[in-house]
Amino acid sequence: MSPQNNRAGMHQAEYNFAFLDEQTKRMIRRAILKAVAIPGYQVPFASREMPMPYGWGTGGIQVTASVIGPEDVLKVIDQGSDDTTNAISIRKFFERTTGVETSESTAQATLIQTRHRIPEKSLKEGQILIYQVPIPEPLRFLEPRETETRRMHALEDYGLMHVKLYEDISRHGHIATTYAYPVKVAGRYVMDPSPTPKFDNPKMDGMPALQLFGAGREKRIYAVPPYTRVTSLDFDDHPFELPSWDDVCAFCGADDTYLDEIILDDQGERMFVCSDTDHCAERRDHQEAAE
Amino acid sequence: MYVAVKGGERAIENAHALLAETRRGNLDVPDLTIDQIREQMPLAVDRVMTEGSLYDRDLAALAIKQACGDLVEAIFLLRAYRTTLPRLAETQPIDTGAMAIRRRISATYKDLPGGQVLGPTFDYTHRLLDFALAAEGGLEAAPRNPDAEAEATPRVANLLASEDLIETEDRDPEEQAPPDLTRDPLEFPAERALRLQALARGDEGYLLALGYSTQRGYGRTHPFAGEIRMGEVEVEVFVKELGFAVSIGEITVTECEMVNQFAGSKTKPPQFTRGYGLTFGFCERKAMAMALVDRSLRARELGEEITAPAQDEEFALAHADNVEASGFVQHLKLPHYVDFQSELELVRKMREEIEARRWADEQQEDEVNHVAAE
Repeated sequence: MSPQNNRAGMHQAEYNFAFLDEQTKRMIRRAILKAVAIPGYQVPFASREMPMPYGWGTGGIQVTASVIGPEDVLKVIDQGSDDTTNAISIRKFFERTTGVETSESTAQATLIQTRHRIPEKSLKEGQILIYQVPIPEPLRFLEPRETETRRMHALEDYGLMHVKLYEDISRHGHIATTYAYPVKVAGRYVMDPSPTPKFDNPKMDGMPALQLFGAGREKRIYAVPPYTRVTSLDFDDHPFELPSWDDVCAFCGADDTYLDEIILDDQGERMFVCSDTDHCAERRDHQEAAE
Repeated sequence: MYVAVKGGERAIENAHALLAETRRGNLDVPDLTIDQIREQMPLAVDRVMTEGSLYDRDLAALAIKQACGDLVEAIFLLRAYRTTLPRLAETQPIDTGAMAIRRRISATYKDLPGGQVLGPTFDYTHRLLDFALAAEGGLEAAPRNPDAEAEATPRVANLLASEDLIETEDRDPEEQAPPDLTRDPLEFPAERALRLQALARGDEGYLLALGYSTQRGYGRTHPFAGEIRMGEVEVEVFVKELGFAVSIGEITVTECEMVNQFAGSKTKPPQFTRGYGLTFGFCERKAMAMALVDRSLRARELGEEITAPAQDEEFALAHADNVEASGFVQHLKLPHYVDFQSELELVRKMREEIEARRWADEQQEDEVNHVAAE
């Protein structure tokens, strides 16, 4: 049906290009178009069973499968790293079912599927960042019922969220949310940025790349179109604050990146390294070239 | 007629014969051996041992064969056997820190002493039917790292405890032996040791659903899989006559420690709290679900608001046992005609009363209309 079938490189012949059938891909692309048209709004879609378990990126995988073409270059990261087990598994899945070129380079990739991080390097026009989302509803932990939260979004009734953030401040002196920190998109919908650390929130604002969010188990897709305003919820007297480290990356010396803590022994010895492995490797290459 | 006044005994005998035939299937296909089930359906065996509360791979395999692969039925068979066994001794607590590791992962650290060891997991398989398995074939030995076993593998909870970031579970030496759910009835409020026993025997599917509900907002606990480890541990018994503990054998267990955010209370500083799961064999899904539910059930102890089913001890524990649940749900198949007869009488009587009242009302209305028309 699709000319893609013949044009793509080597891929497993028993399945359609990128696993999903073309009807399903079209259905998902319609949901994506609606999501782009209403930034931050969660569009329900008929999520399919995938050959990976729910909660392991089936939403992101379906979004990637629906937008990927034979000319694309795919990068898959988990926790910022290309070589985490699940990122490898998803990358291999697309290698097997599409035969497209894959890359670890943020700059070279046209599609980047991610779990829990936004790459440190700024993304550019034409790139698509696809987030794997476990719980798409930012109000879910304040109100478990879907019928209620949909009504709240429709009425732009976000009082509950502001009360929660205010209670945090009155109890702890600051907002005690460190990841999945809620944002407001284009001044209308409150959105869950997926469980990325709040360190990454500012990168979403005005990003030149298209941001797509897929939640397979919860059957929702949402989007932030390029150059859209994304603000982290806060108060005038308690503005949004970024976390900082006393340490720098033990490999590349970066002091402006998100750092992972690595335990070296059971005596409490530890070090910090960049979570974005591609960014860290590129910095080290530059440093070596300069020497 | 499934309940004949006469002939019930014959009917039961015939049903047993039909069941035996169904179990055996087509006689042209070789009979399934206990060895085959034990060796080639190890995860079914593990689940039956765990929820059956009896570590015996051969008996669990036999139960699976006898139950035609119905695992809840097999668990029931094993429990019914277990209850007949004498209690010879109490073992020392097993030391999972000294486990011979076959799988060990932490989702909270990228790398840590002892490393991340995937072991025999489905996790990163693509769920595509492997038609090659339909044909019988040989097997290539999996590569093993000869150095892997040498490295010490401290528990993640202990690493966090060294920084005082997680609650510790110090056992008071004066404390009495833990209660035993199989010897004493479950009473509420239940202490944690008793709750954990109930969860360890609890139905995997039920705990999975309850644990899942906490992830979807019904009693959220902010969990991280701090550590999951699976491997062999020694079982020791203290022998009074000798004055020391001797090993009586080795069992495989799966342990899960969830690390959960806790904002602190009046008496406790902010720190991480723990949810704990332990199973016989390799029942990882069960161990994880158990750890989620264990943590949820600590709401009362930690002063958290109780709003969801998974935090409600009576609800969560009273319905966890699948031998109890399966029995009671299926008892509805038993004849209930005596009770039903009285219900039947009651419904008929109530309908008659309503009919009579309606008739009387209509009569009255007719009379009123009549008078009005005149």
